[in-house]
Amino acid sequence: MSLLTYFFGSKPKTASVAKERLSLLIAHERSANQPTPDFLPALQRELIEVISKYVNVSADDIQVQLGKRDNYEILEVDITLPDQSK
Amino acid sequence: MARVIVVTSGKGGVGKTTTSASFSTGLALRGFKTAVIDFDVGLRNLDLIMGCERRVVYDLVNVINGEANLNQALIKDKHCENLFVLPASQTRDKDALSEEGVEKVLKELEHMGFDYIVCDSPAGIERGAVMALTFADEAIVVSNPEVSSVRDSDRILGILQSKSRRAVEGREAVKEHLLITRYAPKRVEEGEMLSYKDVHELLRVPLLGVIPESDDVLQASNQGSPAIHLKDSDVATAYQDVVARFLDEDRPLRFVNYEKPGLLKRIFGGK
Repeated sequence: MSLLTYFFGSKPKTASVAKERLSLLIAHERSANQPTPDFLPALQRELIEVISKYVNVSADDIQVQLGKRDNYEILEVDITLPDQSK
Repeated sequence: MARVIVVTSGKGGVGKTTTSASFSTGLALRGFKTAVIDFDVGLRNLDLIMGCERRVVYDLVNVINGEANLNQALIKDKHCENLFVLPASQTRDKDALSEEGVEKVLKELEHMGFDYIVCDSPAGIERGAVMALTFADEAIVVSNPEVSSVRDSDRILGILQSKSRRAVEGREAVKEHLLITRYAPKRVEEGEMLSYKDVHELLRVPLLGVIPESDDVLQASNQGSPAIHLKDSDVATAYQDVVARFLDEDRPLRFVNYEKPGLLKRIFGGK
């Protein structure tokens, strides 16, 4: 250990850096390898139908994704509303 | 019923063959009739680690192709009564392994009264590795406490869960075990190496054991005698523990904590 790190505190231990990198990577790769549940396209279609009754949105404005964080599955619905000024 | 156990890892050089040799020897020493098969067609090495390289006449591919029968190809281990080695072919490539052929060999071994069949997988995720895990009932995933090894272990777990016969037929899943090898408690203590708890937490597979990093493994392979036979060696004891835990015996983990050497040891040295 150099004198500098001795006085100014040590860098984070490499093992914890490794663990953090791996936990992100593994979570990402696991979700990528999982087949998307087959209800997602239907859900997306129906959401578009319902929302377009009230707001003028197109199919591309609605993104439906199933993700995983820790032990929870997260259904993420992202709707981009059209610009009001138009 | 014979149990088929694949020893796999994805990454190369983590200790699959060392583990296959010691684990199968351990099962045989417990009185189980055990066969260990080298699936690394083209790069066979199990015969060297087991010390039977000069007795190889026929191999796995010969049996699959009907050029020899199993009795001709199986090599009886020189140390253990109940242990037999089925070497890989050195001249063919992995395409010589067919699913039907491998299944036929495993069925025949079962008919011959084997209790356990240990499949030593090649590295990678290609044909040889997939063939080794296809018919597995249980899997020992060997991982080093190191980023690329852990990532590859996770990948091979995914393949087990999708490509094994059990997964394809929707039967009870392959029973997974995690074995961490080349573990250096001192480096873990100093924060330089992932701890066994970290690896276990990342991969979420029940831990079968931890094998310490040791010079003894090289000594064992130099002599062609599985590491589990070594006298007064932590590695041998750790592998015996692994076999015991596999057979559902309760054994606490050993060699995972770093003990600071005492003053005398520091002055006079010693292992």
